[in-house]
Amino acid sequence: MTMESNNRMIDVRDVHFAYPHNNENESVVALDGVSLHIKKGEFVGIIGHNGSGKSTLSKLLNAIIFPTQGDVIVSGLNTKNHENLWTIRQTAGMVFQNPDNQLVATIVEEDVAFGPENLGVPPQEIRERVDRALAVVEMQAYAHQKPHQLSGGQKQRIAIAGILAMEPECIIFDEPTAMLDPSGRREVMETIKRLNRDKDMTVIHITHFMEEIIAADRIIVLDKGKVVMEGEPRTIFRQVKRLKEIGLDVPQMTELAYELRSEGLKIADDVLSIEEMVDALCQ
Amino acid sequence: MSVEIKNLSHTYSEGSPFEFKALKDVNITIEDGSFIGIIGHTGSGKSTLIQHLNGLLTPTSGSVLVDGKDIFDAKKAELIALRHHIGLVFQYPEHQLFEETVQKDVAFGPKNQGLSEEEIDQRVKQSIKMVGLDFDAIKDKSPFELSGGQMRRVAIAGVLAMEPSVLILDEPTAGLDPRGREEILAQIKSLHNQKKITVILVSHSMEDIGKMVEKILVMNEGEVVFFDTPNRVFTEITTLESIGLAVPEVTYLMRRLKEKYPEIREDIFTVEAAKNEILKVIRG
Ligand SMILES: Nc1ncnc2c1ncn2[C@@H]1O[C@H](COP(=O)(O)OP(=O)(O)OP(=O)(O)O)[C@@H](O)[C@H]1O
Ligand SMILES: Nc1ncnc2c1ncn2[C@@H]1O[C@H](COP(=O)(O)OP(=O)(O)O)[C@@H](O)[C@H]1O
Ligand SMILES: [Mg+2]
Ligand SMILES: [Mg+2]
Repeated sequence: MTMESNNRMIDVRDVHFAYPHNNENESVVALDGVSLHIKKGEFVGIIGHNGSGKSTLSKLLNAIIFPTQGDVIVSGLNTKNHENLWTIRQTAGMVFQNPDNQLVATIVEEDVAFGPENLGVPPQEIRERVDRALAVVEMQAYAHQKPHQLSGGQKQRIAIAGILAMEPECIIFDEPTAMLDPSGRREVMETIKRLNRDKDMTVIHITHFMEEIIAADRIIVLDKGKVVMEGEPRTIFRQVKRLKEIGLDVPQMTELAYELRSEGLKIADDVLSIEEMVDALCQ
Repeated sequence: MSVEIKNLSHTYSEGSPFEFKALKDVNITIEDGSFIGIIGHTGSGKSTLIQHLNGLLTPTSGSVLVDGKDIFDAKKAELIALRHHIGLVFQYPEHQLFEETVQKDVAFGPKNQGLSEEEIDQRVKQSIKMVGLDFDAIKDKSPFELSGGQMRRVAIAGVLAMEPSVLILDEPTAGLDPRGREEILAQIKSLHNQKKITVILVSHSMEDIGKMVEKILVMNEGEVVFFDTPNRVFTEITTLESIGLAVPEVTYLMRRLKEKYPEIREDIFTVEAAKNEILKVIRG
């Protein structure tokens, strides 16, 4: 029991959340009895249709909003308790979609320093944290540049560095690649995977690009405010029909394998990547 | 409507220390009724370019001709009339939405076009449906109470409701779920086919571009690199990658399969085409 709870990064227990509606007296149910657990060091992908509750969930994890019912526990702390608020926000950092409105300062390193400054970290340590964070996202060379001169992918990596400088245990990425060009997406995904693999960072990655989570430890599927599927990428993406029914998709290679199978070709139903497809077709 | 872009350059904050040349001597002609894709790294000038097409930005030098008429030479009234025919869906939908309710927001464009109440109502309903939203469930909501993807759909509906002759979409599928992406692209395609409107689609999805467009404009650092058919553009893998772009996943796959199946075609951009080509070479 204690072993297990020590290993828990996030515990969401039967959470309901409704947004108040200002026109009428009805409210909008965004999450409807969600329970999930995320272990320390895990890489979890979250997918779901527009309006399924992904961003609502991420705001609950970051203690920006609070459950109407149920509990959200981050690193052992319940978001309900006000005194936990700042610890929780520092423990679980967030990176958003739009690279253009996440950076606040006019110089890259000042932007990265912004978070720890607000936490009251002493200047000498801030310096060290900023250097470390920029090194992790491989942006040291840009420390003195102006953020608006960077590409979208680079801006997102600076946003990630800004979060890292607060030394969180977990980062929630809410569609961080949605606005990026192909190389920006690749840069950001490599950074996220490296953080998880080498720095043991717990990662929650929300996305509409199925390819980005084929290497996740686990995928959670939301549909109309409920968790409807949960499992390893191979187990999830094998269910092509079911995913399409709820407005989602599978990686392109999985789809191609599915199509080839339905034409009678003998090919595995859990092909995820180009590599696996080449193997399957060239044996 | 045809759109001709002649020697177009745009410099932001000219003369200040922040001066930035975002477009450098762009020359392209977009024929009436064509479907064009624009790709390029972030900051390559895509949004700057298309904002010239409906007069939101003014050229530093050069001109834009719509059906042969220089839009920056036109009188104000003419420019306003022209804007009714050129619909632009912004890159960031939250910049486009401002009314109290979704219904009012979508009605804003048609209202400005001076249509009758009845016509407006009908267009609003139709376009909200086209973007895959439930009219009755969403009409009275504030646009700012929506999820990111729902907001984008509303922004697209607002432009569709104007029934423009030239439809320009700046990364319209960013943030849309897979079904939404598919459905909205299919709607755009069918509008283009049925009403012969000119469509300009800016996208980071090489798959969407490969599937949808007749010609691709490739931008890099404010300049045109290619303006050609997908077949020609997507064979330039090395150049595309060197400027931050890529080719569709299935195109990469076909290249890899060439080692084993030398006869396999490489000009394949969709899963459907890949399936057919693979079956062909495997079954002989
Ligand atoms: N500020 C708000 N006020 C009222 N309702 C909201 C608000 N934000 C979201 N909602 C509603 O809550 C539900 C869940 O929205 P949420 O933003 O969590 O979805 P999402 O899964 O992140 O969608 P997307 O893929 O479009 O980003 C939707 O029905 C949405 O309309
Ligand atoms: N309002 C502005 N002021 C100054 N520079 C700008 C402005 N808008 C865009 N830019 C700059 O112009 C270049 C092209 O931007 P943009 O057209 O938005 O590119 P894209 O749409 O291809 O990502 C970028 O370097 C960007 O930073
Ligand atoms: Mg969201
Ligand atoms: Mg843009």
